[in-house]
Order: sequence, then C-alpha cells, then structure tokens
Amino acid sequence: MLKSRHLLGLDGMEKPEIELLLNTARSFREILDRPIKRVPTLQGKTVVNLFYEPSTRTRISFELAEKRMSADIVNFSAGTSSVKKGESLIDTVKNIEAMKIDMVVVRHSSPGAAHLLSQVLDANIINAGDGGHEHPTQALLDMMTIRERFGNLAKLTIGLIGDISHSRVALSNIFGLKAMGARVLVCGPSTLIPRGIERLGVEVFHNIDEVIPQVDVLNILRLQLERQKSGLFPSLREYHNFFGITRERLERAEKPILIMHPGPMNRGLEISSHVADSEHSVILEQVTNGIALRMAVLYLLAGGKSEIH
Amino acid sequence: MTENFKAQILNKSDMGRIITRLAHEILEKNRGLEKLVLIGLRTRGAYLAERISHKIQEIEGREVPTGFLDVTLYRDDFRTRLKQPSVEVTNIPFAIDEENIVLIDDVLYTGRTIRAALDALMDFGRPARIYLAILVDRGHRELPIKADFVGKNIPTSFGEEIKVKLQEIDGEDSVNLIDISN
Repeated sequence: MLKSRHLLGLDGMEKPEIELLLNTARSFREILDRPIKRVPTLQGKTVVNLFYEPSTRTRISFELAEKRMSADIVNFSAGTSSVKKGESLIDTVKNIEAMKIDMVVVRHSSPGAAHLLSQVLDANIINAGDGGHEHPTQALLDMMTIRERFGNLAKLTIGLIGDISHSRVALSNIFGLKAMGARVLVCGPSTLIPRGIERLGVEVFHNIDEVIPQVDVLNILRLQLERQKSGLFPSLREYHNFFGITRERLERAEKPILIMHPGPMNRGLEISSHVADSEHSVILEQVTNGIALRMAVLYLLAGGKSEIH
Repeated sequence: MTENFKAQILNKSDMGRIITRLAHEILEKNRGLEKLVLIGLRTRGAYLAERISHKIQEIEGREVPTGFLDVTLYRDDFRTRLKQPSVEVTNIPFAIDEENIVLIDDVLYTGRTIRAALDALMDFGRPARIYLAILVDRGHRELPIKADFVGKNIPTSFGEEIKVKLQEIDGEDSVNLIDISN
C-alpha cells in the first residue's frame, strides 16, 4: 500500500513502496502483449493530462497507460488553452476539478507545481515532471528496466552521466536508487553538477573514463542544448569529446554495461549512434516499461475509497 | 474478529486423491488431451493447476498447456474496497482460440472471481468452451455459476470460512473450516 494518495516524487519514498510499484508494474507488463491490450479496472475514472511543457514520450505513455486501464481521458496543453489569456495554474485546475475529475497528471516548468496542486485539489496528483525537481515515473521505469536485467538493484553501481544540475530525471533516480541500496555515481562537467550533491549519497566524477570501469549501468542524460548558449560548457564538440559515450570508451570496460537514456537522444553528442543501437542498449525497453509502470501508478493511486487526506 | 478452528475437512492424502480424481474426470470429459488447456487462478488455483497438470502428464504421458491468470484487474469491487490487492503476473503463453479451457481455483463461493476470470479470458481469445474445476465448493453463490469438476462440497454458513493451505506457499496441505462469527 502506498502511503500517499499522490505521486509527487521519490524523495523520502522507502524501499517497500518502491518495490510495490515495481512489482505491480512487472505484473502489468504482460497486458501490453495481449491481443486485447485493455483491462477494465479504471472504468468510470476520469484522468486529466495537464501539460504545461512540451512532451512527446511521457505524454503518450501516460495517455496509453490510462487507455489500457479503461479510464476516461481529458488532454490539456497550455499552448491552446485559457492559460494564454492569463489564467493562473490554480484557477485552471480548480475549474477542471469542478468538472468532476478523479486524477491529474501534471507537467510544469516550475518545481513544486505538482505539490502545490496536491494541496488545493481533492484529485490524486501524479507528477510528470516539475521543472528541474523530480520526474518520479521516469526514475521508476528506469529502475524497473534495470531490475529486469539484473534481478535486484542493491549492490549495483549506476552512473548518471551529463547535466545533473538541470535534470529532474537525475534527481528522481538518485532518490530512488539510493532507497533501493544501489551505489550511484554522477559524472559531468563541474558547471553541470550542483555543489553539495554528495549529501544525497552519490559520488561525483568529472572524468568519464574513471566511471566506466566501475559501473553496471550507464544512464545517459539528454544534454539540454539550450544550456549551451548560457555558457555552461564551451562547445558541443568539446562536450562530446569529454563526456560522449562511444563504442571506443565502452570497449575499455571489462564487462558489458547496460545503456539507458530517458530520451530524446542527441545522437553523436552525449551518446553515439553505435552505442544507442547496440545489443546492450535498453532504451526502447525503457519506453515499453514506461507504460506498464504508469499503469501501476494509476492502479495503486486510484483504487478504493480515499481514506486519508 | 477472531478466527477459531472448527474442523479439518481435508488432509494431505485426501487432497492428493482429489487431485488424481479431478485429473481423471477432466480427461474423461474432454476425451483425452485434444485441445485441452488448464488455467489456474492466482494465487492458490495456480498451484492446483500445476498439480493437476503434472497428474495429467503422468496419466497420458504428454504435457498439457498450463497458464496462470490474475483476475484482480477484472474484479467488481475495485471502487468499494479500501486496500488495493497486489497484482500477480498473468502468464498464458499459448493461444486459447478454439481450445477447451479448464479454469481451476481453490474455493468456489459467491462466483464473482469466476465471473471476473471469464471476462479476462475473453480478452485473450475465443475458446471453444470453458470448464470450471474447484477444490472446495462452499455454496452461497451470488451469480449463476456452477462448477463442472468439484473436489469436495462443503455446505457452510456465513459465519464460517474455508481456509485452504498448500505446500507451495503455506508449507502444508490442508483444508480447514474456520469460525469467524464473533
């Protein structure tokens, strides 16, 4: 049983809850291979997908997960709504809630947006990314994918590579992986690694060739190209030379390393095409697992009568 | 609510004999293995399906396709229950179209689990027919559902419960009648 009726982040979530989410997702995975890929569980529940930021993968993944569970869906994008007329986030969602909805999946550029909604709404809130803060379902599907390969997360060493400062994927992964007992290394240019991140229990590296021999998994983060203009690193080419994951770099490792990327990929920049398409890459499995994981989140949050607030 | 032991209904050797009889009855009704598949309902029905499957293989010398189904997502009490039951893996690694399915569960009571299982199976295909095999039928049906193969009929009252224990998860084989009336 989850302690909260919302999924706002993995900060503070303990191992039994994460295990429940991952085990449930593993059971749901099979539904995606059935001739009729749909179960009736969420019939009569209405889910609003509230996306204030562009998203392809996460949005389609949530939408498919909701459909596979037979929920009714309303999609909302900030670009084509009254937000353009200046309506505030809270006013927008209060109006939507007045239309009798049950769950809200929210993506917003402000850290804490999902948390704010959980305080003003009765609906269950699922955080689909709030600024540079958290992206819990991405981290959970990453852990699900790693566990599928290794069976267990404890005793594994996972390297998070790239822009740690601006990455909600990295932060949620750190919280989740640490709770599950994994060793987490972060590696990137010093301008893209927040000071004091060691306090979250991770080890910091600036040389990718020191990281590769130690890890079982590399989770390669997307380089947010808009950051390059703000001068946090000199050039894309230099970034690729120092931090790009290439076949040559991986061949120096003694054992094969599982390659992950949350997408969208900049091929030839943070990851070479060869690595992205290699047999050790599970990037597309991450996408498939994402639907099962989000179905599990919907199931565990939506069921039953609300007993606690 | 306290649980009070009332009586043992089946012990280990009783259960072994029932499994053997059910295997024979299924083969007799189906006239052999032709188009026969077994599907056990999680949790305990799955272990019973495995046992019947082994027994059928002993008798016929051939394997019978055996799958496992979790019906949690098809239950009709999703909105009324407080706690979310955990969902186990459904594994039916064969097509069920035009097959003769034997659904297997431990206890038949209201019939609602079987209703959910029938709904779930229809999402996997169109079987030729579906039989129902049950270890214990305790009565009190709320839906028009009847078992084709019954291990033991045990008429019960509402204040009683049937507790099935299986070696695979409970460490012993037994069926007990429990008083839950106080």
